[in-house]
Amino acid sequence: MWGSEVTPNVKAPKIRELGYELKVREAMDKNMITIGPDISMNRLRGTLRSNRISGIPVTEDGKLIGVICVEDLVNWLMAGARDCLVEEKMSKDVATLFDDEPLIHAINKFEQYGYFHFPVLDRSSGDLAGIITREGIIRSLLKRLEIDYREEEIRHYRASHVFEDMFADKTSLTFQYCVVGQDFNRAGESASALKKTLKRLEIHPEIARRVAIAVYEAEMNVVIFARGGEITAEVDPNQIRIKVEDSGPGIPDIEKAMRPGYSTAPDWVRELGFGAGMGLDNIKKCVDEMNITSTVGKGTHLEMSVAIKKESVSYEVKGTG
Amino acid sequence: MNLAKIKEILRADLIVASSLETRIKIVCACDLMSDVLSCVQIQSGSLLLTNLAHIQAVRTAEMAEIAVICFMRGKKPQSLAIDLAKKNGIALLSSSLSLYEASGLLYKKGLAGCAECGGVK
Repeated sequence: MWGSEVTPNVKAPKIRELGYELKVREAMDKNMITIGPDISMNRLRGTLRSNRISGIPVTEDGKLIGVICVEDLVNWLMAGARDCLVEEKMSKDVATLFDDEPLIHAINKFEQYGYFHFPVLDRSSGDLAGIITREGIIRSLLKRLEIDYREEEIRHYRASHVFEDMFADKTSLTFQYCVVGQDFNRAGESASALKKTLKRLEIHPEIARRVAIAVYEAEMNVVIFARGGEITAEVDPNQIRIKVEDSGPGIPDIEKAMRPGYSTAPDWVRELGFGAGMGLDNIKKCVDEMNITSTVGKGTHLEMSVAIKKESVSYEVKGTG
Repeated sequence: MNLAKIKEILRADLIVASSLETRIKIVCACDLMSDVLSCVQIQSGSLLLTNLAHIQAVRTAEMAEIAVICFMRGKKPQSLAIDLAKKNGIALLSSSLSLYEASGLLYKKGLAGCAECGGVK
């Protein structure tokens, strides 16, 4: 009955979205009370009353064999309350949910059956994993909405205000990143982090992109040639100044190294799409000013800057069809 | 041209999804990431066709704001690359076509390259 084509009854799009995102296991109660089939109905009456619950899963060796609820108890009382075992009065044909089903299935099932709870089974073992109630669903949705709301709030905090909020004749922010040499999988993490930071500061996207590309290429050089290095970006309202320092082998002839296509990169780097001698040239194109100093055997020091002024953004993308 | 149409032309599988309505205006077919990075015109409406299924292809897309990458000749990206693409909202496709064939098919349909848009500085 609960195949893939379930029409959700929930109208609110956000709740529906969360209903697909959250799983039944996130809303179920794992510490539920269970009873065995050989308990007497008289004892059950006490258990239901003292725990103020409307129904209890009946289990045997961890497996669900039925459910006994207030309604069964009332029927039993009406019929004279002759003491017998829970096994005789419980419902054996029980509607259940699997713990990995989307929450929306549970919501729809409550709607369809009008029950107050459903036992939840672990799909792989078939064991009873928990019980889900309407209250549990509401609680899990609210918890998730609260988390989403907090994240939204943080996202909306505009870090760009930082410059206006400070009292100083000159304000700048410094961001520092450590680059691990020779680890090609991690190359670009610093450039990525800086790019995200610049976006938070609401630097014009084209400026952020130019800085990111320049820093990415510089970071790649550090990863390829050095054991490690450090990237420092200083952002003030007018410009972004970046320093990339490494303690690598150094560049013997900078003029030659700047020539497009000139490369001393090893083959393994070329196989990964870099090291074709375009890096420094790319950096030069992306930044407004660039200066390299290098000492063979000591390391390389690259300094570059990009102006933040609006008019420096000369190549805004126009409609290209 | 939207992503759904591109997927159809390239007979590609979707590895990491984004909206099939994503509009592509420029295509870059390249295995050299520095060349990709040097195209200033590449922007959010760009598609990168490449044989490089390494995480750095996705990093390059992140830096250059490329929306979609299609790996050629049936290459499947590493899991690191898939994770990074998901994190940055970059769609990944895989096509059994060669870089040359894919480029030809898309060019024939009127999609421009980087140089034609005046994007190579």
